[in-house]
Amino acid sequence: MTDAPPTPRRTALDAVHRALGATMTDFAGWDMPLRYGSERDEHTAVRTRAGLFDLSHMGEIALTGPQAADALDHALVGHLSALAVGRARYTMICDSEGGILDDLIVYRLAEQEYLVVANASNAQVVLDALTERASGFDAAVRDDRDAYALLAVQGPQSPGILKGLTDADLDGLKYYAGLPGTVAGVPALIARTGYTGEDGFELFVAPDDAERVWQALTEAGAPVGLVPCGLSCRDTLRLEAGMPLYGHELGTDTTPFDAGLGRVVKFAKPGDFVGRGALEAAAREAEARPPRALTGLVAEGRRVPRAGYAVLGPDGSEIGRVTSGAPSPTLGKPIAMAYVDAEHAAPGSPGVAVDIRGTREPYEVVALPFYRRER
Amino acid sequence: MSNPQQLRYSKEHEWLSAADQDGVSTIGITEYAANALGDVVYVQLPDVGSTVAAGETCGELESTKSVSDLYAPVSGEVTEINEDVVNDPALVNSAPFEGGWLFKVKVTDEPDGLLSAEEYAAFSHN
Repeated sequence: MTDAPPTPRRTALDAVHRALGATMTDFAGWDMPLRYGSERDEHTAVRTRAGLFDLSHMGEIALTGPQAADALDHALVGHLSALAVGRARYTMICDSEGGILDDLIVYRLAEQEYLVVANASNAQVVLDALTERASGFDAAVRDDRDAYALLAVQGPQSPGILKGLTDADLDGLKYYAGLPGTVAGVPALIARTGYTGEDGFELFVAPDDAERVWQALTEAGAPVGLVPCGLSCRDTLRLEAGMPLYGHELGTDTTPFDAGLGRVVKFAKPGDFVGRGALEAAAREAEARPPRALTGLVAEGRRVPRAGYAVLGPDGSEIGRVTSGAPSPTLGKPIAMAYVDAEHAAPGSPGVAVDIRGTREPYEVVALPFYRRER
Repeated sequence: MSNPQQLRYSKEHEWLSAADQDGVSTIGITEYAANALGDVVYVQLPDVGSTVAAGETCGELESTKSVSDLYAPVSGEVTEINEDVVNDPALVNSAPFEGGWLFKVKVTDEPDGLLSAEEYAAFSHN
């Protein structure tokens, strides 16, 4: 671990955020927009129209070379050599004990070129681990954190907004695909990915071009109600969509199987990979004795569960812990994700409550996600 | 933002109106506090008829990101709570000094150190 810098880092769009009157927050050593106005309005804009995000804090790492694919198969739990050029994959990097170091999106940009996108808080850990794990391969790991600004346009109107600004064939760009192109006349990696549960795009551009792209999207989106969106609504959007967040649902004390995400671990891929033995044991253990399951909770009342609160069973004993909780703008009720003992984790399981600062508040157990967009 | 001149303010970011002829003051949180909280989604207010003590917690305000204690700026008996704000907590954000008031107290004692609008502005740097 390195010490956090004394002053937070600012993205290439910092002046734009300040001109918009954003409330800023420190996030993993970055000064990021928390919200511009009402976070609930920003959330609703993404669900019904479109929102524009600055995600430049995310950590980009490039892997290139003849054995880049083999290096990633060894370093990550996924089967990245099987990923087609132009496609993206959600995957994880684990330690030798099977604990999750980070969850990642990996783009295959060319036969011998990958882009790994890590969480801001873990970017250094991931960079160090990839560098070490790739050392035996004919592959180069490059820290590209300063090479990109990352903008996201998310929401049902986002394809229409982007279409007029790009030469890329958006209709041919599937969910979890990415291709190089231009946006507002500047080079961009255009990816159909996001963290909101909506259709949308993430645009990797040179920092010097970020403001131009932001302004072009703002102008193109204005007629259909696009608004700038901060990290606060990004969190409620991903929570409604049942997407895990590192440090909440995921951590080094959690294996992908604990998180109900064992499907990202590809035991059938060729060669050994870091954590294989521990993850095979974790898979067997999860089969034999189901661990606490990541579960959705919906409040019957209006008090909001927060990360770390105890989940209580019918007899009042602790049966789990809340990992993320927030008022859901879409459902109009507080919601939470929680790890809950398997016997109480089925949807409709009776008598489940959350201890909200000493008061037992009844909660309904539901299947994740809380929200799924119509396709 | 401007803090109404006729109100007084606590360092916990509550405002307090001048007492009416029955000695009852209205209490709310300031615009500065409402902006800092973000969208308020739930308010828990003291029961009508209960007694609150200056400087002590008497309820809570929940926003998307956090929960904050509500402090009583004065001591006294709660005579009324704002049912509108219980049903629509967003009033705290949209009209903190008006429709977003929280509760009324028949004041029995008030602490030293309540601030004027100018003093509160200096205290909260706005």
